[in-house]
Amino acid sequence: MVYTAKNKAIQVILKNILAWFASLLVLIPMALVVLNAFKADGETLNMSLSLPKQWIVSNFSTVIEKGKLPTSFLNSMLYAGAGMVITILFGSMAAYIFSRRRSKGMSLVYMYVVLGMVIPVNYVTLTHTMQTLKLTNTAVGIILLYVAMQTPFTVFLIYGFVSKIPVELDEAAILDGCNPFQLYWRVVFPMLKSAVVTAGVLCFLNCWNEFMMPLYFLHSSTKWPMTLAIYNFFGQYEMKWNLICADVLLTCAPVVVIYLLGQKYIVGGQTAGAVKG
Amino acid sequence: MQKSKVYPWYFAIGSILIYTILSVIPGILGIGYSFTDWSAYSKEIHFVGFENFRNVFAGNDNYLRYIGNTVLFTLVTTVLKTVLGLLFAVALSRNIKWKNFHRGVLYLPSVLPILATGLVFTSILNPKTGFLNEMLRAVGLGGLAQKWLVDPKIAFGSVMAVDIWRGVGYIMTLLIAGILAIPDVYFEAAAIDGANAWQRFRFITLPMLRQTLAVTIVLNVIYGLKVFDMVYALTNGGPGHRTEVLYTAVYKMMSKGLYAAGTTISSILFIFMVIIGYFMVKILTKDEVVE
Repeated sequence: MVYTAKNKAIQVILKNILAWFASLLVLIPMALVVLNAFKADGETLNMSLSLPKQWIVSNFSTVIEKGKLPTSFLNSMLYAGAGMVITILFGSMAAYIFSRRRSKGMSLVYMYVVLGMVIPVNYVTLTHTMQTLKLTNTAVGIILLYVAMQTPFTVFLIYGFVSKIPVELDEAAILDGCNPFQLYWRVVFPMLKSAVVTAGVLCFLNCWNEFMMPLYFLHSSTKWPMTLAIYNFFGQYEMKWNLICADVLLTCAPVVVIYLLGQKYIVGGQTAGAVKG
Repeated sequence: MQKSKVYPWYFAIGSILIYTILSVIPGILGIGYSFTDWSAYSKEIHFVGFENFRNVFAGNDNYLRYIGNTVLFTLVTTVLKTVLGLLFAVALSRNIKWKNFHRGVLYLPSVLPILATGLVFTSILNPKTGFLNEMLRAVGLGGLAQKWLVDPKIAFGSVMAVDIWRGVGYIMTLLIAGILAIPDVYFEAAAIDGANAWQRFRFITLPMLRQTLAVTIVLNVIYGLKVFDMVYALTNGGPGHRTEVLYTAVYKMMSKGLYAAGTTISSILFIFMVIIGYFMVKILTKDEVVE
C-alpha cells in the first residue's frame, strides 16, 4: 500500500511537470507577441520577454491606420459572417432532408456531400471556373467559395443532431396543418439551436482564419480580409516587429474573444464527430 | 405521411449546387486538364495523353520531392501529434489541478489564424535575433543554436515542429473527450484487481480509444496532405525547394502560368484523397453520432 501511494504521488508530480512545461511552451510565444506589441521601434530588433521600457499604445493606432485595418476587418466580418449564414441556412436544411428521408439515393447524396470534408481544392481549375462565372475578385465569389468549403462539415455535424429529434413531432405538426417550410422553420430548426450555434461558430472561425482563397482570388487590396492584410503588412514592415505584433494581436483578438465565449460550443462541436459513446 | 412531400428534395438543392459547382466540378475538370498542355502562354489547348503524369513520376522538375515532402510532413506530424496528444490527454483528463487552464492554453493555438502563427515563428526562429537562439545562448546552450528556417538540413524539421506546436492541442482535446467517455467503473475495477497505471492505459484506455484515435489520425492526414499556410508563412518552400509541399508548389506553378503541371499535381492529390475519403466517411458514419 505504501508503495502504491508513493507511486501515485510521483505520477501526480510528473503529470504536473508535463502540463506546466507544455503550457509554458504555448504561452511564451503568445507573451512575446503581447509584450512586443507595446514596445518602441528600436526595442524589438530582438523580440524578448523583457517588459517594454515604455508602454506604447499608439502602436495599435499606427497599425490600424497604416495597415488599413478597418477595411480589412469589415471585409473579414462580411466574408465570415455571410459565409456562415448561408452555409448554416442551406446546410441545415440539407442535413434535415438527408437525415429524415434515409432512402438509398439520399444516403448516397449525403455521402457525396460529406466526402467534401476530404477532397482537396484544385486551385488551377477553380480559377478557371471562377473566371467563367465572373466571380474572381468579388466579395460574392469569396463568400460562395467559403460556403462550398464549409458545407460538408456543417451538413455532417447537423445530420447527427437531426436524428435525435423525434419524427412524431413532425407528424403532429403536419396533422396540425403545417406545410414543409413551416414544419422546418417553426418546429425543427428551433430544436437544432445548439447544433446550429456550434456549426456557426466553427464556420465563422474557419472563414476568418482562411488565407488561400483571398490569396488566389482577391487582387485589390480594398477587398482583402485580415489574414491577407497582415501578410502584406509583414512584407512592408519586415523589421518592425512591434507593429507586426500589434497587427497579429488585432487579427487574433476576434478569434480569441469568440473562443472564450464559445469554448463550450467549439470543443463540443469538434468532438461530436470524433467521439462516439 | 408521405416522406417526399413532407421532406422535399429542393431543401437540399442550395448546398448541393454550390458544393458541386465550386468544389467537385473543378476537381473533375482538373483531371481532364491533366491530359493537356494547358498554359498561360498559348490560347490553344492540346491533348497530350499521359505526358504530364510521366513528367511527374520520371522525377522531372523536383515534382517527386514535393510529393515526398508532403508525405513526410503528413507522416511525421500525424505520428507526433497523436503520440504527444495522447500523452497530454492522459495527463490532463483526470486528477490534476488546473486542468481546465492547461486544456484551454494547449487548445488555443489551433483556433488562431495559421498564417499569423507562422509569421510570429519566423521571428522566434530567426538565427541571429530570434528568441529561441537568444534563449539557448543565455542558458549556455549556444552550441544548440541553429539556423532553424535557413539551414537546408533542418528547415523542414522546424516547419513540422511549429505545426505540431500549433496542432497538438486540438488532437489532445478530441482524445480527452474520448477518454472521458470511458466509464469510470472500468478503471475502478482494474485498480481493485491491482492493475498499475501503465496496464490501465494499455488494456483499458487504448482499446477504448480506438475509434477516436482513428478519427484523429484521419483528420491529421487530411490536414497534412493539404498543408499550405504554415509552409507559406515560414519558408515559402525554401531554401531551394527543401520545404516545398504540394500546395505551395501548385501556387508557384499557377503564378508561372504552368497550368497543366499544377492541375496534374492537384489531380494526383485529388484521386489519392478521394480514396482516403471513402474510408474516412465509412469511419465517421459507422454509427450514429453521440455528443
